[in-house]
Amino acid sequence: MDCNQVFVSKVKKVIFVFTLLIAFLSIRNNTFAQADSTIASPDSVVAESAHAVSGEHGATEHGEEKFEPTKVIMEHIADSHVWHLWGHTSIPLPVILYTAGGLEVFSSAHFHHGEQDYQGKYNKYRLVTGLKQSMTKDMFNKNIKVVGADGQIDEAASDTVIDFSITKNVAAMFISILLIVVIFGSIAASYRKRIGKAPKGLQSFLEPVIIFVRDDIAKPNIGHKYAKFMPYLLTIFFFILFNNLLGLFPVFPGSANVTGNIALTFVMATATMLVVNLNGNKYYWKHILTPDVPWWLYPIMIPVELIGIISKPFALMVRLFANITAGHIIVLSLISLIFIFKTLAIAPVSVAFVLFMDVLELLVAFLQAFIFTLLSALFIGMAVEEHH
Amino acid sequence: MELVTPSIGLVFWTALAFIFLLLLLRKLAWKPILGAIHEREQSIDEALNKAELAKQEMARLTAQNQDLMQQARAERDEILKEAKTLKDSILNEAKKQAQVEGSKLIEKAKIEIENQKKVALAEVKDQVSTLSLEIAERVLRNQLDDKTKQEALVANLLKDVELN
Repeated sequence: MDCNQVFVSKVKKVIFVFTLLIAFLSIRNNTFAQADSTIASPDSVVAESAHAVSGEHGATEHGEEKFEPTKVIMEHIADSHVWHLWGHTSIPLPVILYTAGGLEVFSSAHFHHGEQDYQGKYNKYRLVTGLKQSMTKDMFNKNIKVVGADGQIDEAASDTVIDFSITKNVAAMFISILLIVVIFGSIAASYRKRIGKAPKGLQSFLEPVIIFVRDDIAKPNIGHKYAKFMPYLLTIFFFILFNNLLGLFPVFPGSANVTGNIALTFVMATATMLVVNLNGNKYYWKHILTPDVPWWLYPIMIPVELIGIISKPFALMVRLFANITAGHIIVLSLISLIFIFKTLAIAPVSVAFVLFMDVLELLVAFLQAFIFTLLSALFIGMAVEEHH
Repeated sequence: MELVTPSIGLVFWTALAFIFLLLLLRKLAWKPILGAIHEREQSIDEALNKAELAKQEMARLTAQNQDLMQQARAERDEILKEAKTLKDSILNEAKKQAQVEGSKLIEKAKIEIENQKKVALAEVKDQVSTLSLEIAERVLRNQLDDKTKQEALVANLLKDVELN
């Protein structure tokens, strides 16, 4: 039932995006042809030929900054060392680097959005942002590079520096954790205060959700041993839900793409993998190591089962990451349409579609938290199931 | 590639924060909340069970009352009916007895009257015979002088006697 729902929502999303794409592609040429002709008339012959070449980017030559939707969207989707608020206002976040010499802690404001290098205690650092950054050999993302004496990036030295900065995603995650702790701390207090009485206020708002997690996720999938895993399931459910919802919120406490970041979903999936395998009983391991097949199939079955241990949480990781990131990309693409067309006339259409997408994303926020928790419960249930 | 490449800092902080959150919430929130919900559910269940039991008890009592009432009513009807039949029978008995007694009395009276009549008749007969004897005596005295007359008289007397 749930998998079907996800599938349907994904298909709808894809259909929707394609419809939009086709709709705008048909207007696109027309609009720009008109725009070109109006701009072109007072210009010189040289400029006109330039228009002919550069086509739709005609406005660039008039001193305006070229609008690159991919860059903007990627900048939003990716992590950052500053928390952008509006215009040129942003909150600088602390940079924490673990270097060979020791810890370096300084504000990211020193980088001036990557325009300046910062001379730390041990090295000189440069912030590399956007698509320019390269992947390091240890497969981890790195935005801060060490600058050598010659003013060039020293890749070898950069590799020795480990970035533990409080980035935008980390800060947003801390905010959501604070929010979760405050909210659930307060409702726990009201449970203590009103023993045996009917829930009230926030308590009655969240109690059905808690009971839903217990009765519809934990109990049917895990069975009578559900109580042991309830804290874990509730924590992942609300952690993902709060981060999803905060991600939909367009200004300060929200706006970060926390659950749409592979690092976070990686940690969550790893946690599920650890919980599942550390609680696996002998039947679970027997099923993996001596599957119920003829012995000569073991060379195939055992590797398949072992891959299954990894592939289940891997699917969890990618599902959450892709769903949330896709939602953010679509919303930002729709907003970007206004800037691509450089006309306010498209704004109502964009806003209408963004509104629709936001409502859909609201559903997805709940759905993904639900699915992650449900599948975690399912995997735990498979690991602790007793066979008689 | 940037999108699908996790940064180690974020992995570190997420892991740290998540473990911290899990432990904190388990102690601070989930234990009291789940405990309270469980307790409340149990008390509600218990209350409902008790209510159900009370309802059953109530229904049982009502049924019992109804039964008792019906029984009492039946008993009362029985008693009334019995009383009525008893009354009727007594009445009938009395009537019958009275009739019997009455008829007996009448019979007795009749017999008495008959007896009295017989006695009276006997007396009358006695007197008549006495009288006739007297008459005869007198007649005899008168008539004995004359033989024919005597005979004629006897014949006449006999005629009279035959009338009786």
